[in-house]
Amino acid sequence: MTTKTTGAQAVMKSLVAEQVDTIFGYPGGAIMPIYDALYDYEDTIKHILVRHEQGATHAAQGYARTSGKTGVVFATSGPGATNLITGLADAMIDSTPLVCITGQVDSKLLGTDAFQETDVVGISMPITKWNTQVTRVEDIPAAIAKAFYIAKSGRPGPVLIDITKDAQFGEMEFQYEKCTTIRSYRPKPKLNKTLLEEAAILINKAKKPYLLIGQGIMLSNAEQELLNFVEKSGIPVASTLLGLGAFPNHHPLYAGYLGMHGDYAANIKTNECDVLVAIGMRFDDRVTGDVSRYAKQAKVIHVDIDAAELNKIINADVGIHADAKEALTLLTELVHQKEHSTWLQEFRDLKKVEVETLQKSTDEAFNDEIKMDEVIKMLSEITNGEAVVVTDVGQHQMLTARYYEYNKTKSNITSGGLGTMGFALPAAIGAKFGAPKKTVIAIIGDGGFQMTLQELGTILQSEVNIKIVILNNRFLGMVRQWQQMFFEKRYSFTNMVSPNFIALAQAYSISAKKVEYREELKESLLKMLNHKGSFLLEVMVAKEENVFPMITTGASVSEVRLN
Amino acid sequence: MKKTYTVSVFTENSIGMMNRVTIIFTRRHLNIDSITASESEVPGVFRYTIVLRTTKAQIEKVIGQLEKVIDVIKAFVHEENDIVHQEIALYKIRTETLTNGDVEKVIRKHHARVLTVDSQFMVIEKTGHVEETQLLFEKLRPYGVLEFARSGRVAVTKPMKELSAYLEEI
Ligand SMILES: Cc1ncc(C[n+]2csc(CCOP(=O)(O)OP(=O)(O)O)c2C)c(N)n1
Ligand SMILES: [Mg+2]
Repeated sequence: MTTKTTGAQAVMKSLVAEQVDTIFGYPGGAIMPIYDALYDYEDTIKHILVRHEQGATHAAQGYARTSGKTGVVFATSGPGATNLITGLADAMIDSTPLVCITGQVDSKLLGTDAFQETDVVGISMPITKWNTQVTRVEDIPAAIAKAFYIAKSGRPGPVLIDITKDAQFGEMEFQYEKCTTIRSYRPKPKLNKTLLEEAAILINKAKKPYLLIGQGIMLSNAEQELLNFVEKSGIPVASTLLGLGAFPNHHPLYAGYLGMHGDYAANIKTNECDVLVAIGMRFDDRVTGDVSRYAKQAKVIHVDIDAAELNKIINADVGIHADAKEALTLLTELVHQKEHSTWLQEFRDLKKVEVETLQKSTDEAFNDEIKMDEVIKMLSEITNGEAVVVTDVGQHQMLTARYYEYNKTKSNITSGGLGTMGFALPAAIGAKFGAPKKTVIAIIGDGGFQMTLQELGTILQSEVNIKIVILNNRFLGMVRQWQQMFFEKRYSFTNMVSPNFIALAQAYSISAKKVEYREELKESLLKMLNHKGSFLLEVMVAKEENVFPMITTGASVSEVRLN
Repeated sequence: MKKTYTVSVFTENSIGMMNRVTIIFTRRHLNIDSITASESEVPGVFRYTIVLRTTKAQIEKVIGQLEKVIDVIKAFVHEENDIVHQEIALYKIRTETLTNGDVEKVIRKHHARVLTVDSQFMVIEKTGHVEETQLLFEKLRPYGVLEFARSGRVAVTKPMKELSAYLEEI
């Protein structure tokens, strides 16, 4: 005999069927039945009570990115639901799998401007991979099954299910069937062998082949296949911001970080290679600079699981709609064992120019003050490039991408496509729940920290152990840099007055320390890392350090500037 | 170079589908000239026919984005020469104008037909390309058109297989 299940219980049972172990959320009227059902799952499912629903989405993103699983979010209707929007947009553009469940007013009240009624399905349509509203209790399990399938398959993304309160209260006979196919959706492309053979011919003939990788490598779990391919073909590898970590940065074939604040060699060589292989990356404008002067000399091979990315920005000579792991496996069989020592030497020569030039100009400008990049370099050294590093948005983010030596996969969590300030603190909390054994370090600017600092309360309540480094330059540094370079140093509203971060942390029972002098930097970083439990370290850094190299707007990758 | 393109989109019949289809155009600042939607020959599968002027590069990206929408089964783009298309227009005029023999001539000349005649008004139907339905409108206008309504374009493709093959697959 089957017993009746309420819609709210059906939500919980469905989540259990999807092996959900962690939920980030915030209750409210329209989702109360689900929270009531959640109360019985205290032993099996961890619910992290955030301090703002945006924090729930970013935490779920951090969780998804370190664990490789789908992040789950609960929020109530109206303001709860609208607070999810930034995180949904961020997850959408950075291909992060999320299932967000929002409560909604009773179905009879839909469209009446009822209390806390918002058309969240309408609002979130362009920023979700899929969304739906459930008004009938019997539709709940199938909607959740579909949501998990869509979020994680193909190119991952966020999904939202809006469940009316009457559907949560309704009763049904619970049955769960996992979703494995949707007729209008084909997430797994068939591998086209002929195209890969064409690609291999180009690669085998190439004198100066160059490989660009993105997050797609990690999303398809193709790290080992990538390593095999690179070591056989001898092709230097550069990474996008989100791809960092997919290939060990200490590897001799690692050629650097791409884009606006990327490495000198990595950018310049894009316009000198003869065959450009791009895998699991989407030629974002921050990577390409001026597209009309991007890799024009090269034959382009582009592999992506999202067919719409092929020929979207850069026309591919060979566009391959494929899963990175499958494509790399076959490609490795097809390419010749090679070494490209002179070509590699050219990268090293440029690297030397970069290091010397940057060193010289920063040494001259900032003798006594701590610079952001030295903090990052030191942190990288102490942690062996093996920590999970979560960054916010701004100068500190770019410098971390440049100077942290990412040697482990899924260790770089940042908001790439959307550039969401306030991302790092909640994302780091989620990242730790996704990778409990790893050291998780959030690196945040003085500006961005103040966008979501209420999540210190989440740290307090959930007793999560994360390390927070605030790089305090007393400026919205990245914007200030642009004002200096392009707006005649008119520092319009970029100076930042901050509270006493140490006292603030202490108010939340989080140990904290402020570093002002270089001599205390190393011991303070060690103290932070060795501390049991969360720790906040505020490092006072030079006010007007600039991030270089830089490809200015409209410039081509070969015009990357060192100062 | 901008040209007129006809986009055919086949979708599931889910709530909000029209919105999911049109926001792809909105996001690229593309103005839709006409849109029609109704069930296709396959029960439960809807067919949208969307006409707009844009560039080839832009429309190809739009097709890619449309196909990413989960409930979109398939999207195609056609140039004017690849399709046979038609629109329908209805014209309501006063019945008394018929006593003027010129109206009858206009109706005959344009191969329009009278759908219904009432003591007060009559409804004329004309199918054709937009220029043709427009021309009839201009010709009838002097006699007083009480109401005029025109559908968006419907279109089928000239190549034999393409669409039906796709629909069979599902
Ligand atoms: C939500 C949001 N608002 C505004 C911006 C624009 N923005 C980009 S970087 C930046 C400055 C960040 O300052 P801070 O957090 O102190 O980091 P810094 O650049 O100084 O390292 C701003 C305002 C943004 N990316 N996100
Ligand atoms: Mg700052």
